[in-house]
Amino acid sequence: MKAAPFDFVRATALSDVFAAFERHGDDARIVAGGQSLMPMMNMRLAAPRVLVDINHIAELNGVSETDGTLRIGALTRHQELGVNALVAEHAPLLTMASTHIAHPAIRNRGTFGGSLSHADPAAELPACAIASDAVINAVSSSRGERSIKAVDFFLGTFHTALEPDEILVSVDIPIIGAAERVAFDELARRQGDYALVGLAAKGTIEGKTFKDLRLVFFSVADRPILATETIATLEGKDYSPDTVTVAEAALEVDLQDIDSDLHTSAATKTHLARVLVGRVLAELAGEGRQ
Amino acid sequence: MTEKSPLTVLDRPNSFIGKSVSRAGAKRLLEGRGTFVDDMTLPRMVHVAFCRSPFAHAKFGAINSEAAKAASGIISVVTGRELAEYCTPWVGVLTHLQGLKSAPQHAIALDKACWQGEAVVAVIAETRSQAEDAVELVEIDYQELPVVADMETALDDATPVIHSDLGDNLCFQREVDIGEVDKAFADAHCVVEETFNFGRHTGVCLETRAIIADYNPSEEHLTVYLSAQAPHMMKNLYAKHFGLNEDKVRVVCKDVGGSFGIKVHTYPDEMATGALSIMLKRPVKFNADRLESFVTDIHARDHRVKARMAVSKEGKFLAIDMDDLTGIGPYSVYPRTSGIEANQVINLTGGPYTIENYRANARVVFTNKNGMCQYRAVGHPIACAVGEGLVDAAARAMDMDPVELRRRNLIPDDAYPYTYATGLVYEQLSHHQCLDKLLEMMDYDGLRREQAEYRDKGIHRGIGFASMIEVTNPSPAFYGVGGAFISSQEGCTMRLDHTGGITCTVGVTEQGQGSDAVMAQVAATAVGVPMENIRIVSGDTDVVPYGGGTWASRAAGIGGEAALRAGKALRENLLEIAAIILQADAAALDIQDGAVVDADGGTERMPLSELGRIVYFRGDTLPKDVQPELVVTRHYVPKAFPFAFTNGVEAFYVEVDVDTGFVKLLKCWVVDDCGTIINPMLVDEQIRGGVVQGIGGALYEECLYDERGQYLNATMADYLTPMAMEMPDIEVGHVETPTKDSELGAKGVGEAGTTGAPAAIMNAINDAIQPFGKHVSDMPFTPERILKALGKV
Ligand SMILES: Cc1cc2nc3c(=O)[nH]c(=O)nc-3n(C[C@H](O)[C@H](O)[C@H](O)COP(=O)(O)OP(=O)(O)OC[C@H]3O[C@@H](n4cnc5c(N)ncnc54)[C@H](O)[C@@H]3O)c2cc1C
Repeated sequence: MKAAPFDFVRATALSDVFAAFERHGDDARIVAGGQSLMPMMNMRLAAPRVLVDINHIAELNGVSETDGTLRIGALTRHQELGVNALVAEHAPLLTMASTHIAHPAIRNRGTFGGSLSHADPAAELPACAIASDAVINAVSSSRGERSIKAVDFFLGTFHTALEPDEILVSVDIPIIGAAERVAFDELARRQGDYALVGLAAKGTIEGKTFKDLRLVFFSVADRPILATETIATLEGKDYSPDTVTVAEAALEVDLQDIDSDLHTSAATKTHLARVLVGRVLAELAGEGRQ
Repeated sequence: MTEKSPLTVLDRPNSFIGKSVSRAGAKRLLEGRGTFVDDMTLPRMVHVAFCRSPFAHAKFGAINSEAAKAASGIISVVTGRELAEYCTPWVGVLTHLQGLKSAPQHAIALDKACWQGEAVVAVIAETRSQAEDAVELVEIDYQELPVVADMETALDDATPVIHSDLGDNLCFQREVDIGEVDKAFADAHCVVEETFNFGRHTGVCLETRAIIADYNPSEEHLTVYLSAQAPHMMKNLYAKHFGLNEDKVRVVCKDVGGSFGIKVHTYPDEMATGALSIMLKRPVKFNADRLESFVTDIHARDHRVKARMAVSKEGKFLAIDMDDLTGIGPYSVYPRTSGIEANQVINLTGGPYTIENYRANARVVFTNKNGMCQYRAVGHPIACAVGEGLVDAAARAMDMDPVELRRRNLIPDDAYPYTYATGLVYEQLSHHQCLDKLLEMMDYDGLRREQAEYRDKGIHRGIGFASMIEVTNPSPAFYGVGGAFISSQEGCTMRLDHTGGITCTVGVTEQGQGSDAVMAQVAATAVGVPMENIRIVSGDTDVVPYGGGTWASRAAGIGGEAALRAGKALRENLLEIAAIILQADAAALDIQDGAVVDADGGTERMPLSELGRIVYFRGDTLPKDVQPELVVTRHYVPKAFPFAFTNGVEAFYVEVDVDTGFVKLLKCWVVDDCGTIINPMLVDEQIRGGVVQGIGGALYEECLYDERGQYLNATMADYLTPMAMEMPDIEVGHVETPTKDSELGAKGVGEAGTTGAPAAIMNAINDAIQPFGKHVSDMPFTPERILKALGKV
């Protein structure tokens, strides 16, 4: 388990990254926390010729709030997401999700930008990004900066809308409204494992009535799934056992392309997704766990 | 005259037996100053990596290694045929397992790979990275062959035979038929029947397998640094297959980072490393990486058992009838064979109970998967889960409390020695005492009340039990009689140094389990010195007495007795000299706390350092006819019984989420009887560690293969080992019934926890979901399997 030979470039500014892209083209690969890329390299599932280390680019750090938008730098570590006060106040879904990601040693290194760029369909943060209506900011030397809605960003397993010459620099998240609530749940066999099925949720709850829900499942398909049919059946409905039953039925449509994994069949995943939706809706409605 | 029971060494003043003294090596390991094989670099050492077959079954023809040979740092690229000149093949059979057959196995496959991961070409380079780079450049022309992936159909006519010379895919079959089984079933009030499946799993050692072979052609001498359990056994095999004089082979095991039975076998890649060192005349290192470990470290379990039990109206177990099938990979593993696990299963099932009619059939078949062989608690967890699963099935069928049903059938504590239906002889077990103690520890009645309360709230908790027996301290009956050079005896050599310190060399080996510490405790007690005066040396065949090493829970019981005998003999010698020096009667003297003292009163007469000084430097002051012997060696081999059986009982309290199929382990209790407890902390941790490995088999661990024999989960992310967050508190209690076969009285404890945990967890889950009228019997109990049993998916 030794990585194939590679060169290493330490970038201290975005221009260094672009220069490396220019020079090495597809042979260059960004490394952030290295928590996904390094294992893949050691198993020789990835063999980039040149690693471009972005950890020393200062402008990729930091969490700030302006005009109702929370901006989270690409290098923000999972650990930081879990403890940052601005994140807790304005994007509590990320706070909740962060402790479900792996173990402390990995959270200390792994980055928000890395998790989104890596686009593992079982990862927590991509689902949270979609549930939070996040916008992903990417920069290239030739085309400058562009913003991509999270819902359009994830295209498949390890596949995103990022172009090969682009770097993800930050993520913008609309801050949570007064009537909005979030909930997060996942079913993992061991603490820190990737989930069999997970669900990130956000929505406006007036009394017991759901509005503008966003329910995003992960670890069910080749990308996080925004459960549009289920959301539609719930719009304007009050929380009740009947509502939950209807939602569970709608899920069948949203998850019709559900994938099995090594340990869990598609049928089991569908069942677990139904269980999760019941639990998460209850939590959103302030009913506690059913 | 009043009769006093004779004082044993255990009653000595300042005894360390039964004390949780800390381990001498613990600080060294904690500071990262251990010496594992991979910490070592020898001059001119090179590294080997292997091209491994990507197919489960394939012939290969042309091997093009031109590009690999030209890569940077490459010393050599070697094929199986080239290496065969330096290493003869082996066949994993034992004569006492009648009919067991296997095919010759080479260090590197000659022209056919029989499992995915089998070494096909060796690449030797200056560094491991360079070797791995060049591995990718070797071109091998494979032709895929049909794969035998399913053990259920391995013996069918339509299934290809893996080794045509063997005629079929049957490695071993054994049938036992004792008593009147058919009659018992015909007369039974109740018959329960179940099919149990045990997932294939493996022992995941923190330190992966590692070897440095260093051949010195000038002396025709081979030194092997090995992470292993049985150095003398390997020394013999290296000599045999490399064609060396066995006296010119030295095996050194320094620190070992866990073994669990994984490191007690002959691995082709390790044999290849030894042969390469002879071929290249320089040191060669091989260290399996985690991926290689998953596809080459032996796997275990993978049994399918169909079993039924007949029960009388009074709840008396009348008969067991079972059929065990296991698929062991393409070769019986050398030299212990892959027939032992199945053999254990049919020997041990139902073992805690007074069952007189017993029929079992075990079939061991070849498959194109990684080899299976002995892993911690060989066969025990299977036998235990089958037996205990049937017991609980009977309890459910007869609507009886599972504890009450056990009480009626466990061998009474006053019925020993007892011979079980399958011929196992138990010296003295304590099932009822253990069960009583366990029930008290867990407050059984209170727990049942709590369970009922939770059930009313829709929370499904369950309580499960497993009574068990464990084979420990094996005599030559295990392997020696089958013709293998695997020693059942142990030795200890003890030397008083002039400082008063005592150096002991022992045949048993330290794996991280603390055997060195246990030997030190016994030695210190037997001689009468403080712990810090004892130094233990183990693992080096040039230095230590001939011994079997560490396996089958034998180190403390057998090695400990050898140390005890050596310590007593040394003390006698020391007292003899002390008596001369002090002009006293040896019988009136004793050794305590490192000094010669008056036996009566304990007044110090002379520190041992003074005795050492006189003997080593002033022999002239001793009488002419006295020659002190300050080095002694003693050995021990169990003789009275083939095995020292231990017994115990485990219970689990679990909660099943019936919506998700997730199982939460709330608590575990174990009461074990391993005879004399030398170090309570080590014993408790052996039990806890064993339980955790049992939990792995019950809930998490499974080596997954597809129908083409491709291994699917060769990473620590996909192969789930039990982790701290999911582990329950494990409360351990003891009953102590020393074996009378040794003065020390210690039996083994290394495998007890692993034996009972899967059965107890299965029974607890089934107790939890009993209101739904469902149960599970396929391990590991994944959420999916539980949901399927519940009819939810
Ligand atoms: C044992 C273990 C368990 C784990 N468990 C979980 C888990 O439960 N849930 C989970 O979500 N994750 C888990 N992870 C993955 C972890 O969260 C990673 O940190 C994360 O997926 C990737 O972030 P990183 O910064 O480490 O990225 P890296 O590994 O450095 O890079 C990953 C990929 O993203 C690219 N990349 C990184 N940053 C950028 C950027 N700014 N712009 C463009 N491309 C970029 C890289 O080129 C690479 O292709 C686990 C990892 C390990 C080792």
